Amino acid sequence: MTPLAQLIEAALFAASRPLTAEELSVLDPEASLADVRTALDQLRELYDFNQHAIELVEMAGGFQVLTRPAFAQALERAQFTVRAPKLTAAALETLSIIAYRQPVGRMEIEEIRGVSAGGVLRSLQERGLIEVVGRSEALGRPLLYGTSAMFLELLGLKDLTDLPRAEELSIAIQPPRPLTEGTEDAAAYVTAES
Amino acid sequence: MEEQAALTLPDPPTMALGASSGFVVELEAFSGPLDLLLHLLREEELEIADIPIARIADQFLLVIHDLGLNQAADYLEMAGRLLRLKAQMLLPRRSEEDGWEDPRAELVRRLLEYQQIREVALWLGRAAERRADQYPRGFLPAPPDLPPLPLQVDLVELLQAVQRVIEGIPSPVLHRVVARPLDVEGATRRLAALLEEKAEFGWREALGPEPTITDVLSTLLALLELARRGTVSLTQAAAFAPMVIRRDTSRPAD
Repeated sequence: MTPLAQLIEAALFAASRPLTAEELSVLDPEASLADVRTALDQLRELYDFNQHAIELVEMAGGFQVLTRPAFAQALERAQFTVRAPKLTAAALETLSIIAYRQPVGRMEIEEIRGVSAGGVLRSLQERGLIEVVGRSEALGRPLLYGTSAMFLELLGLKDLTDLPRAEELSIAIQPPRPLTEGTEDAAAYVTAES
Repeated sequence: MEEQAALTLPDPPTMALGASSGFVVELEAFSGPLDLLLHLLREEELEIADIPIARIADQFLLVIHDLGLNQAADYLEMAGRLLRLKAQMLLPRRSEEDGWEDPRAELVRRLLEYQQIREVALWLGRAAERRADQYPRGFLPAPPDLPPLPLQVDLVELLQAVQRVIEGIPSPVLHRVVARPLDVEGATRRLAALLEEKAEFGWREALGPEPTITDVLSTLLALLELARRGTVSLTQAAAFAPMVIRRDTSRPAD
């Protein structure tokens, strides 16, 4: 194991959040980003090869050391950990719409789901899963929402391109509607090359 | 149908539908009227693209009635929409008529779009579950809030508590409130007179000899008003330093 890999292991162990390659490169002024990535690969292989109970996971644009899924049940049964509560159907649907259509306003979310969205939006915002990213030019300048880094962390996604693409879904995402005002349509996002 | 509704209304939203609707099914809570519509279409194995409006509209009304959802605005709005579509579909039309737009098109588009979102939501739910299987270091669960213990008091303790509360109430204290109106107009006139003679004077001078608290407040309000109008400018050399009042000639007074 190289000294840089050791440094990175120490940092990942001490930090309680995903650390980006850029942040990790501060550990050693001599190290380039490529060096950091090589060291990260080395670390990942070490954990995998030696059957460590932890693994190096890339998510929300950074890297974090997490326990392997196989141990979840045992940890929860012994009450060393408490499983994150499941998101409600309403929360998941609202997150889906925001993830694909961001920046998106409340009106559009309500139109797609056919129910009022105020309460769900507030609780998602309180949990830090979505954030206000701007205001629409439409009448009343309504707030526009987008997903946060915590959203990626909660789902274990590297970035938004990890979301399923149109061709992976059994139903094709509909072409943009003529009446939507100024927001990116899901189709534009999902078919875009990452 | 009537007695069934009467029997089941107090128990939304999980229940079995009666045989009158043509099918029996356990319903989980729906996340919205579109969810319910999709559910009905799935149950009947119907194509979204060729939705039999009359049938679905009737079933929708029946279900929201049975589930007690007919109080919810979102469901009522959808019910109204379905009934309008049902009426539109009943209107006679010539088969080869050009420009006839299927009135169901908008609903079909929304259903397909919603179905898409549902599929993404499922995917997100599975991703969150997978992620929940992995724990970072230093996880500390928040201590659960213990529910408050049920209150256990006997009558004597209760009466003693009442006695303590009653004893604690002081006998009523009455205040006589005397109106001391601030004389802002008077202070303004005095300041205007001062400004006529001097271009600059101090706060003490503005107050006059032996000012009462009412005078101080009136003068302060008058000064702030004059400053707002642009008649005077107010400066202080430092925080809490005496205020200097200056005739303001830089801005035209209105």
